[in-house]
Amino acid sequence: MAMLEVKNLSKNFDKLKVLRDISFNVEKGEVVAVIGPSGSGKSTLLRCINQLERASGGEINVCGINMMSTNEKGRTVFADSKTLRIIRLKTGLVFQNFNLFPHMSVLRNITEAPVCVLKQDKNTAKEKALMLLGKMGLESKADSYPSELSGGQQQRVSIARALALDPEILFFDEPTSALDPELTGEILKVIKELAAEGRTMVIVTHEMAFAHDVADKVIFMEGGYIVDEGTPDHLFGDDASERVKQFLQRFNR
Amino acid sequence: MTGEQIQTLFGLMLEYTVPTLKIFGFTLLYSIPLGMIVALLKMCRFKPVSWLTNIYILVMRGTPLLLQLIVAQYSVPYIVRSELCPGFLHALLDGVDIRSEEYMFNMMLFAFVLNYAAYFAEIFRGGIAAIPKGQYEAAGALGFNRFQTFFRIVLPQVVRHVLPASSNEIITLVKDTSLASAIPYMEIMYIAKKQVPTYASLLPLFMAGAFYFVFAMLLTLLLSLIEKASDPLWRRGVNEKRKELFRRGNA
Repeated sequence: MAMLEVKNLSKNFDKLKVLRDISFNVEKGEVVAVIGPSGSGKSTLLRCINQLERASGGEINVCGINMMSTNEKGRTVFADSKTLRIIRLKTGLVFQNFNLFPHMSVLRNITEAPVCVLKQDKNTAKEKALMLLGKMGLESKADSYPSELSGGQQQRVSIARALALDPEILFFDEPTSALDPELTGEILKVIKELAAEGRTMVIVTHEMAFAHDVADKVIFMEGGYIVDEGTPDHLFGDDASERVKQFLQRFNR
Repeated sequence: MTGEQIQTLFGLMLEYTVPTLKIFGFTLLYSIPLGMIVALLKMCRFKPVSWLTNIYILVMRGTPLLLQLIVAQYSVPYIVRSELCPGFLHALLDGVDIRSEEYMFNMMLFAFVLNYAAYFAEIFRGGIAAIPKGQYEAAGALGFNRFQTFFRIVLPQVVRHVLPASSNEIITLVKDTSLASAIPYMEIMYIAKKQVPTYASLLPLFMAGAFYFVFAMLLTLLLSLIEKASDPLWRRGVNEKRKELFRRGNA
Protein backbone atom coordinates (compact mmCIF):
# COMPACT_ATOMS: atom_id res chain seq x y z
CA MET A 1 0.00 0.00 0.00
CA ALA A 2 1.27 3.44 -0.88
CA MET A 3 1.84 5.57 2.22
CA LEU A 4 2.12 8.68 0.12
CA GLU A 5 0.84 9.41 -3.34
CA VAL A 6 1.66 12.70 -4.98
CA LYS A 7 0.15 13.39 -8.39
CA ASN A 8 0.77 16.39 -10.69
CA LEU A 9 1.56 18.57 -7.70
CA SER A 10 2.25 22.22 -8.42
CA LYS A 11 3.01 25.21 -6.23
CA ASN A 12 3.30 28.83 -7.28
CA PHE A 13 4.42 31.76 -5.20
CA ASP A 14 2.71 34.51 -7.18
CA LYS A 15 4.29 34.07 -10.62
CA LEU A 16 7.18 31.94 -9.45
CA LYS A 17 6.58 28.26 -10.19
CA VAL A 18 8.33 26.35 -7.43
CA LEU A 19 6.83 22.93 -8.09
CA ARG A 20 5.66 21.73 -11.48
CA ASP A 21 3.90 18.49 -12.14
CA ILE A 22 5.49 16.49 -9.33
CA SER A 23 4.33 12.86 -9.14
CA PHE A 24 5.74 10.07 -7.05
CA ASN A 25 4.70 7.34 -4.61
CA VAL A 26 6.20 6.16 -1.36
CA GLU A 27 5.42 2.58 -0.36
CA LYS A 28 5.23 1.33 3.19
CA GLY A 29 8.71 0.79 4.64
CA GLU A 30 10.34 2.60 1.77
CA VAL A 31 13.04 5.24 2.26
CA VAL A 32 13.03 7.95 -0.38
CA ALA A 33 15.84 10.49 -0.65
CA VAL A 34 15.18 13.76 -2.46
CA ILE A 35 18.30 15.45 -3.79
CA GLY A 36 19.02 18.34 -6.07
CA PRO A 37 20.52 21.83 -6.16
CA SER A 38 19.37 24.57 -3.78
CA GLY A 39 16.18 26.26 -4.88
CA SER A 40 14.97 23.22 -6.78
CA GLY A 41 11.79 22.94 -4.70
CA LYS A 42 12.76 20.02 -2.45
CA SER A 43 11.88 21.75 0.80
CA THR A 44 8.72 23.27 -0.65
CA LEU A 45 7.63 19.78 -1.66
CA LEU A 46 7.96 18.58 1.95
CA ARG A 47 6.27 21.70 3.25
CA CYS A 48 3.30 21.18 0.94
CA ILE A 49 2.91 17.57 2.02
CA ASN A 50 3.15 18.64 5.68
CA GLN A 51 0.60 21.46 5.24
CA LEU A 52 3.07 24.23 6.05
CA GLU A 53 2.32 25.55 2.57
CA ARG A 54 -0.79 25.16 0.47
CA ALA A 55 -0.01 23.60 -2.86
CA SER A 56 -1.57 25.26 -5.91
CA GLY A 57 -2.76 22.18 -7.71
CA GLY A 58 -2.55 18.42 -7.97
CA GLU A 59 -3.28 15.59 -5.60
CA ILE A 60 -1.79 14.39 -2.35
CA ASN A 61 -2.90 11.23 -0.61
CA VAL A 62 -1.40 10.27 2.75
CA CYS A 63 -1.99 6.77 4.16
CA GLY A 64 -5.01 6.37 1.93
CA ILE A 65 -6.59 9.64 2.98
CA ASN A 66 -7.07 12.37 0.41
CA MET A 67 -5.41 15.57 1.54
CA MET A 68 -5.97 17.41 -1.69
CA SER A 69 -7.58 16.20 -4.85
CA THR A 70 -9.15 17.39 -8.08
CA ASN A 71 -12.94 17.29 -8.33
CA GLU A 72 -15.04 16.60 -11.47
CA LYS A 73 -14.88 20.25 -12.48
CA GLY A 74 -11.10 20.16 -12.44
CA ARG A 75 -10.85 22.29 -9.30
CA THR A 76 -8.36 21.56 -6.55
CA VAL A 77 -10.11 20.75 -3.29
CA PHE A 78 -8.55 20.31 0.14
CA ALA A 79 -9.83 17.95 2.80
CA ASP A 80 -11.77 19.57 5.66
CA SER A 81 -9.76 20.75 8.64
CA LYS A 82 -10.63 17.69 10.72
CA THR A 83 -9.23 15.37 8.07
CA LEU A 84 -6.17 17.58 7.62
CA ARG A 85 -5.56 17.25 11.34
CA ILE A 86 -5.80 13.48 11.20
CA ILE A 87 -3.31 13.46 8.33
CA ARG A 88 -1.01 15.78 10.25
CA LEU A 89 -0.78 13.26 13.08
CA LYS A 90 0.11 10.49 10.64
CA THR A 91 3.11 12.46 9.43
CA GLY A 92 6.17 13.57 11.35
CA LEU A 93 8.52 16.34 10.29
CA VAL A 94 12.12 16.98 11.31
CA PHE A 95 13.40 20.46 10.49
CA GLN A 96 16.78 21.71 9.38
CA ASN A 97 16.92 24.11 12.34
CA PHE A 98 15.46 21.62 14.86
CA ASN A 99 12.85 24.15 16.07
CA LEU A 100 12.80 22.75 19.58
CA PHE A 101 10.76 24.70 22.12
CA PRO A 102 13.40 26.62 24.12
CA HIS A 103 11.22 27.14 27.20
CA MET A 104 10.62 23.43 27.73
CA SER A 105 12.96 20.74 29.01
CA VAL A 106 14.00 18.03 26.58
CA LEU A 107 11.46 15.69 28.16
CA ARG A 108 8.61 18.17 27.84
CA ASN A 109 9.56 18.95 24.28
CA ILE A 110 8.80 15.31 23.55
CA THR A 111 5.76 14.77 25.80
CA GLU A 112 3.94 18.07 25.09
CA ALA A 113 2.28 16.99 21.83
CA PRO A 114 1.27 13.48 23.00
CA VAL A 115 -0.25 14.95 26.18
CA CYS A 116 -1.86 18.04 24.64
CA VAL A 117 -2.81 16.83 21.20
CA LEU A 118 -3.34 13.08 21.63
CA LYS A 119 -4.55 13.51 25.25
CA GLN A 120 -2.22 10.76 26.39
CA ASP A 121 -1.73 10.14 30.09
CA LYS A 122 1.29 12.11 31.38
CA ASN A 123 3.11 9.08 32.77
CA THR A 124 2.58 7.04 29.63
CA ALA A 125 3.92 9.89 27.54
CA LYS A 126 6.88 10.31 29.86
CA GLU A 127 7.79 6.61 29.74
CA LYS A 128 7.63 6.64 25.98
CA ALA A 129 9.72 9.82 25.81
CA LEU A 130 12.40 8.30 28.04
CA MET A 131 12.42 5.19 25.89
CA LEU A 132 12.87 7.32 22.75
CA LEU A 133 15.60 9.37 24.42
CA GLY A 134 17.35 6.13 25.30
CA LYS A 135 17.17 5.10 21.69
CA MET A 136 18.76 8.41 20.73
CA GLY A 137 21.48 7.94 23.35
CA LEU A 138 20.25 10.95 25.30
CA GLU A 139 18.65 9.44 28.39
CA SER A 140 20.85 11.61 30.62
CA LYS A 141 19.58 14.80 28.95
CA ALA A 142 15.89 14.50 29.85
CA ASP A 143 16.03 17.45 32.25
CA SER A 144 18.30 19.60 30.09
CA TYR A 145 17.07 22.52 28.04
CA PRO A 146 17.67 22.85 24.28
CA SER A 147 20.13 25.71 24.83
CA GLU A 148 22.40 23.30 26.75
CA LEU A 149 22.63 20.79 23.92
CA SER A 150 24.86 20.57 20.87
CA GLY A 151 23.26 20.83 17.45
CA GLY A 152 23.45 17.09 16.95
CA GLN A 153 21.83 16.44 20.31
CA GLN A 154 19.09 18.96 19.55
CA GLN A 155 18.39 17.28 16.25
CA ARG A 156 18.16 13.88 17.95
CA VAL A 157 15.68 15.34 20.44
CA SER A 158 13.62 16.72 17.57
CA ILE A 159 13.61 13.28 15.93
CA ALA A 160 12.43 11.78 19.23
CA ARG A 161 9.76 14.49 19.41
CA ALA A 162 8.47 13.54 15.96
CA LEU A 163 8.57 9.81 16.81
CA ALA A 164 6.56 10.35 20.01
CA LEU A 165 3.40 10.78 17.95
CA ASP A 166 3.98 7.43 16.20
CA PRO A 167 3.86 8.87 12.69
CA GLU A 168 3.33 6.42 9.89
CA ILE A 169 5.59 8.41 7.62
CA LEU A 170 8.50 10.57 8.65
CA PHE A 171 9.86 13.55 6.71
CA PHE A 172 13.30 15.07 7.11
CA ASP A 173 14.00 18.53 5.71
CA GLU A 174 17.79 18.69 5.34
CA PRO A 175 18.28 17.32 8.85
CA THR A 176 22.06 17.75 8.82
CA SER A 177 22.49 21.02 6.93
CA ALA A 178 22.89 23.06 10.14
CA LEU A 179 25.47 20.67 11.60
CA ASP A 180 29.20 20.26 11.25
CA PRO A 181 30.51 17.02 9.64
CA GLU A 182 31.11 15.30 12.98
CA LEU A 183 27.59 15.94 14.25
CA THR A 184 26.17 15.08 10.85
CA GLY A 185 27.45 11.54 11.36
CA GLU A 186 25.48 11.00 14.56
CA ILE A 187 22.22 12.10 12.92
CA LEU A 188 22.78 9.95 9.85
CA LYS A 189 23.40 6.98 12.13
CA VAL A 190 20.06 7.55 13.86
CA ILE A 191 18.24 7.82 10.53
CA LYS A 192 19.89 4.61 9.32
CA GLU A 193 18.66 2.83 12.44
CA LEU A 194 15.14 4.09 11.78
CA ALA A 195 15.40 2.81 8.21
CA ALA A 196 16.51 -0.58 9.52
CA GLU A 197 13.36 -0.67 11.67
CA GLY A 198 11.34 -0.47 8.47
CA ARG A 199 10.06 3.06 8.94
CA THR A 200 8.66 4.90 5.95
CA MET A 201 10.72 8.02 5.39
CA VAL A 202 11.25 10.84 2.92
CA ILE A 203 14.56 12.62 3.35
CA VAL A 204 15.61 15.83 1.66
CA THR A 205 19.37 15.85 1.89
CA HIS A 206 22.63 17.09 0.47
CA GLU A 207 24.50 14.06 1.86
CA MET A 208 24.92 12.08 -1.34
CA ALA A 209 26.79 9.12 0.13
CA PHE A 210 24.11 8.82 2.77
CA ALA A 211 21.32 8.99 0.20
CA HIS A 212 23.06 6.26 -1.73
CA ASP A 213 23.41 4.02 1.34
CA VAL A 214 20.07 4.46 3.04
CA ALA A 215 17.53 5.13 0.31
CA ASP A 216 15.47 2.59 -1.61
CA LYS A 217 14.62 5.27 -4.12
CA VAL A 218 16.27 8.57 -4.98
CA ILE A 219 14.50 11.52 -6.57
CA PHE A 220 16.51 14.25 -8.26
CA MET A 221 14.75 17.61 -8.51
CA GLU A 222 15.63 20.78 -10.33
CA GLY A 223 13.64 23.89 -11.24
CA GLY A 224 10.51 22.43 -9.67
CA TYR A 225 10.57 19.28 -11.78
CA ILE A 226 11.57 15.74 -11.00
CA VAL A 227 14.44 15.36 -13.45
CA ASP A 228 15.27 11.76 -12.68
CA GLU A 229 14.32 9.09 -10.19
CA GLY A 230 15.12 5.50 -9.48
CA THR A 231 17.20 3.18 -7.33
CA PRO A 232 20.38 4.64 -5.87
CA ASP A 233 22.37 2.43 -8.22
CA HIS A 234 20.53 3.95 -11.18
CA LEU A 235 20.88 7.56 -10.05
CA PHE A 236 24.44 7.33 -8.87
CA GLY A 237 25.41 5.06 -11.76
CA ASP A 238 26.23 5.49 -15.39
CA ASP A 239 22.72 5.43 -16.84
CA ALA A 240 21.50 8.45 -14.89
CA SER A 241 20.54 11.51 -16.89
CA GLU A 242 23.29 13.91 -17.91
CA ARG A 243 22.13 16.64 -15.55
CA VAL A 244 22.26 14.28 -12.56
CA LYS A 245 25.76 13.13 -13.51
CA GLN A 246 26.87 16.72 -13.82
CA PHE A 247 25.40 17.54 -10.38
CA LEU A 248 26.97 14.48 -8.78
CA GLN A 249 30.38 15.02 -10.31
CA ARG A 250 31.52 17.03 -7.33
CA PHE A 251 30.53 14.27 -4.97
CA ASN A 252 31.83 11.31 -6.90
CA ARG A 253 35.40 12.48 -6.97
CA MET B 1 7.05 70.46 64.02
CA THR B 2 6.46 68.47 67.15
CA GLY B 3 6.90 64.71 67.25
CA GLU B 4 3.16 64.36 67.68
CA GLN B 5 2.45 66.43 64.57
CA ILE B 6 4.86 64.33 62.55
CA GLN B 7 3.16 61.17 63.77
CA THR B 8 -0.29 62.50 62.80
CA LEU B 9 1.01 63.56 59.41
CA PHE B 10 2.63 60.17 58.84
CA GLY B 11 -0.61 58.41 59.75
CA LEU B 12 -2.54 60.60 57.32
CA MET B 13 -0.07 60.00 54.49
CA LEU B 14 -0.11 56.28 55.11
CA GLU B 15 -3.88 56.27 54.82
CA TYR B 16 -3.67 57.87 51.36
CA THR B 17 -1.21 55.33 50.00
CA VAL B 18 -4.25 53.04 49.65
CA PRO B 19 -5.91 55.01 46.80
CA THR B 20 -2.52 55.24 45.06
CA LEU B 21 -2.06 51.48 45.32
CA LYS B 22 -5.62 51.07 44.07
CA ILE B 23 -4.94 53.02 40.86
CA PHE B 24 -1.67 51.15 40.38
CA GLY B 25 -3.16 47.68 40.91
CA PHE B 26 -6.30 48.12 38.83
CA THR B 27 -4.43 49.78 35.98
CA LEU B 28 -2.06 46.82 35.71
CA LEU B 29 -4.85 44.31 36.14
CA TYR B 30 -6.74 45.65 33.12
CA SER B 31 -4.06 47.18 30.92
CA ILE B 32 -1.84 44.09 30.62
CA PRO B 33 -4.52 41.77 29.19
CA LEU B 34 -5.92 44.65 27.12
CA GLY B 35 -2.41 45.39 25.86
CA MET B 36 -2.10 41.78 24.72
CA ILE B 37 -5.42 42.01 22.86
CA VAL B 38 -4.41 45.32 21.25
CA ALA B 39 -1.06 43.79 20.20
CA LEU B 40 -2.90 40.91 18.49
CA LEU B 41 -5.34 43.35 16.84
CA LYS B 42 -2.43 45.39 15.52
CA MET B 43 -0.96 42.22 14.00
CA CYS B 44 -4.35 41.33 12.50
CA ARG B 45 -4.10 40.52 8.80
CA PHE B 46 -7.37 42.37 8.12
CA LYS B 47 -5.83 45.79 7.46
CA PRO B 48 -8.60 48.16 8.69
CA VAL B 49 -8.39 46.59 12.16
CA SER B 50 -4.63 47.04 12.18
CA TRP B 51 -4.96 50.67 11.06
CA LEU B 52 -7.57 51.54 13.68
CA THR B 53 -5.39 49.98 16.35
CA ASN B 54 -2.46 52.01 15.08
CA ILE B 55 -4.43 55.25 15.36
CA TYR B 56 -5.44 54.38 18.90
CA ILE B 57 -1.83 53.68 19.90
CA LEU B 58 -0.62 56.86 18.18
CA VAL B 59 -3.14 59.02 20.06
CA MET B 60 -2.46 57.38 23.40
CA ARG B 61 1.30 57.67 23.09
CA GLY B 62 1.24 61.02 21.34
CA THR B 63 -0.77 63.01 23.90
CA PRO B 64 -0.06 63.62 27.60
CA LEU B 65 -1.53 61.19 30.08
CA LEU B 66 -2.57 64.19 32.16
CA LEU B 67 -4.64 65.51 29.28
CA GLN B 68 -6.24 62.11 28.77
CA LEU B 69 -7.12 61.91 32.45
CA ILE B 70 -8.78 65.32 32.35
CA VAL B 71 -10.65 64.61 29.11
CA ALA B 72 -11.96 61.33 30.51
CA GLN B 73 -13.05 63.08 33.68
CA TYR B 74 -14.89 66.05 32.19
CA SER B 75 -16.00 65.04 28.71
CA VAL B 76 -19.13 63.07 29.55
CA PRO B 77 -21.45 66.04 30.26
CA TYR B 78 -20.36 67.67 26.99
CA ILE B 79 -20.95 64.47 25.07
CA VAL B 80 -24.41 64.05 26.55
CA ARG B 81 -25.35 67.63 25.77
CA SER B 82 -24.02 67.46 22.22
CA GLU B 83 -26.51 66.95 19.40
CA LEU B 84 -24.21 64.41 17.80
CA CYS B 85 -24.51 62.06 20.75
CA PRO B 86 -26.13 58.79 19.59
CA GLY B 87 -29.25 57.68 21.43
CA PHE B 88 -27.88 54.56 23.06
CA LEU B 89 -24.92 56.48 24.48
CA HIS B 90 -27.33 59.10 25.73
CA ALA B 91 -29.34 56.46 27.55
CA LEU B 92 -26.17 54.93 28.95
CA LEU B 93 -24.70 58.19 30.25
CA ASP B 94 -27.87 60.00 31.23
CA GLY B 95 -28.40 58.43 34.60
CA VAL B 96 -24.75 58.65 35.64
CA ASP B 97 -23.98 60.84 38.64
CA ILE B 98 -20.81 62.58 37.50
CA ARG B 99 -20.10 63.86 40.98
CA SER B 100 -20.00 60.44 42.60
CA GLU B 101 -16.66 59.18 43.75
CA GLU B 102 -17.23 55.88 41.96
CA TYR B 103 -17.74 57.64 38.62
CA MET B 104 -14.64 59.76 39.10
CA PHE B 105 -12.52 56.76 39.94
CA ASN B 106 -13.84 54.69 37.04
CA MET B 107 -13.24 57.41 34.45
CA MET B 108 -9.75 57.97 35.78
CA LEU B 109 -9.01 54.26 35.67
CA PHE B 110 -10.43 54.18 32.13
CA ALA B 111 -7.85 56.74 31.00
CA PHE B 112 -4.98 55.03 32.83
CA VAL B 113 -5.87 51.62 31.39
CA LEU B 114 -6.26 52.87 27.80
CA ASN B 115 -2.96 54.74 28.02
CA TYR B 116 -0.94 51.92 29.53
CA ALA B 117 -2.52 49.28 27.28
CA ALA B 118 -1.13 51.20 24.29
CA TYR B 119 2.39 51.06 25.69
CA PHE B 120 2.08 47.41 26.71
CA ALA B 121 0.67 46.59 23.28
CA GLU B 122 3.80 47.88 21.57
CA ILE B 123 6.01 45.90 23.94
CA PHE B 124 3.98 42.71 23.45
CA ARG B 125 3.87 43.13 19.68
CA GLY B 126 7.66 43.26 19.64
CA GLY B 127 7.77 40.14 21.82
CA ILE B 128 5.41 38.21 19.59
CA ALA B 129 7.24 39.27 16.44
CA ALA B 130 10.50 38.00 17.94
CA ILE B 131 9.25 34.39 18.02
CA PRO B 132 10.79 32.60 15.01
CA LYS B 133 8.44 31.23 12.36
CA GLY B 134 9.92 27.79 12.95
CA GLN B 135 8.24 27.62 16.37
CA TYR B 136 4.81 27.94 14.75
CA GLU B 137 5.76 25.41 12.08
CA ALA B 138 7.05 22.89 14.61
CA ALA B 139 3.88 23.30 16.66
CA GLY B 140 1.74 22.91 13.55
CA ALA B 141 3.60 19.81 12.41
CA LEU B 142 3.04 18.27 15.86
CA GLY B 143 -0.70 18.84 15.54
CA PHE B 144 -1.17 21.73 17.98
CA ASN B 145 -4.12 23.89 16.99
CA ARG B 146 -3.77 27.69 16.84
CA PHE B 147 -5.06 28.17 20.35
CA GLN B 148 -2.66 25.61 21.84
CA THR B 149 0.21 27.00 19.79
CA PHE B 150 -0.37 30.50 21.14
CA PHE B 151 -0.84 29.59 24.79
CA ARG B 152 1.65 26.73 25.11
CA ILE B 153 4.41 27.60 22.67
CA VAL B 154 4.29 31.32 21.85
CA LEU B 155 3.04 33.08 24.97
CA PRO B 156 5.50 31.56 27.48
CA GLN B 157 8.37 32.68 25.26
CA VAL B 158 6.84 36.12 24.73
CA VAL B 159 6.52 36.62 28.49
CA ARG B 160 10.23 36.07 28.89
CA HIS B 161 11.08 38.45 26.05
CA VAL B 162 8.88 41.28 27.29
CA LEU B 163 9.62 41.16 31.02
CA PRO B 164 12.46 43.74 31.05
CA ALA B 165 10.54 46.33 29.00
CA SER B 166 7.32 45.68 30.93
CA SER B 167 9.14 46.15 34.24
CA ASN B 168 10.14 49.58 33.02
CA GLU B 169 6.51 50.48 32.30
CA ILE B 170 5.36 49.14 35.65
CA ILE B 171 7.90 51.24 37.54
CA THR B 172 6.86 54.29 35.53
CA LEU B 173 3.24 53.67 36.46
CA VAL B 174 4.11 53.91 40.17
CA LYS B 175 5.01 57.55 39.63
CA ASP B 176 2.37 58.28 36.98
CA THR B 177 -0.36 57.54 39.52
CA SER B 178 0.50 60.94 41.02
CA LEU B 179 -1.12 62.59 37.96
CA ALA B 180 -4.44 61.59 39.49
CA SER B 181 -3.95 64.40 42.02
CA ALA B 182 -4.78 66.87 39.23
CA ILE B 183 -8.29 65.45 38.71
CA PRO B 184 -8.41 65.93 41.72
CA TYR B 185 -8.41 62.42 43.13
CA MET B 186 -7.33 62.12 46.72
CA GLU B 187 -4.25 60.00 46.71
CA ILE B 188 -0.90 60.50 48.38
CA MET B 189 0.37 63.29 46.09
CA TYR B 190 -2.81 65.30 46.53
CA ILE B 191 -2.69 65.04 50.30
CA ALA B 192 1.02 65.83 50.45
CA LYS B 193 0.55 69.04 48.45
CA LYS B 194 -2.40 70.02 50.60
CA GLN B 195 -0.51 69.53 53.86
CA VAL B 196 2.42 71.78 52.90
CA PRO B 197 0.69 75.10 53.86
CA THR B 198 -1.06 73.50 56.84
CA TYR B 199 2.21 72.45 58.44
CA ALA B 200 4.32 75.14 56.79
CA SER B 201 6.81 72.38 56.04
CA LEU B 202 8.14 70.40 53.09
CA LEU B 203 8.01 67.21 55.12
CA PRO B 204 4.73 65.98 53.54
CA LEU B 205 6.36 66.16 50.10
CA PHE B 206 9.42 64.29 51.33
CA MET B 207 7.20 61.63 52.85
CA ALA B 208 5.34 61.22 49.55
CA GLY B 209 8.66 61.05 47.72
CA ALA B 210 9.92 58.42 50.14
CA PHE B 211 6.77 56.37 49.60
CA TYR B 212 7.16 56.38 45.79
CA PHE B 213 10.84 55.57 46.14
CA VAL B 214 10.38 52.63 48.50
CA PHE B 215 7.47 51.27 46.47
CA ALA B 216 9.44 51.50 43.23
CA MET B 217 12.44 49.87 44.88
CA LEU B 218 10.44 46.93 46.22
CA LEU B 219 8.85 46.49 42.80
CA THR B 220 12.26 46.55 41.14
CA LEU B 221 13.40 43.77 43.43
CA LEU B 222 10.25 41.75 42.83
CA LEU B 223 10.40 42.22 39.06
CA SER B 224 14.05 41.25 38.84
CA LEU B 225 13.22 38.11 40.80
CA ILE B 226 10.38 37.34 38.38
CA GLU B 227 12.76 37.96 35.49
CA LYS B 228 15.20 35.47 36.96
CA ALA B 229 12.45 32.95 37.66
CA SER B 230 11.36 33.16 34.02
CA ASP B 231 14.64 31.49 33.10
CA PRO B 232 13.98 27.75 33.18
CA LEU B 233 17.67 27.04 33.86
CA TRP B 234 17.52 29.25 36.98
CA ARG B 235 14.35 27.50 38.16
CA ARG B 236 15.94 24.10 37.72
CA GLY B 237 18.99 25.26 39.70
CA VAL B 238 16.77 26.39 42.58
CA ASN B 239 14.87 23.10 42.51
CA GLU B 240 18.08 21.10 42.64
CA LYS B 241 19.36 23.15 45.56
CA ARG B 242 16.09 22.60 47.40
CA LYS B 243 16.26 18.86 46.82
CA GLU B 244 19.87 18.83 48.02
CA LEU B 245 18.93 20.64 51.24
CA PHE B 246 16.05 18.23 51.75
CA ARG B 247 18.37 15.27 51.34
CA ARG B 248 20.81 16.72 53.86
CA GLY B 249 17.95 17.43 56.23
CA ASN B 250 16.86 13.79 56.06
CA ALA B 251 20.36 12.40 56.53
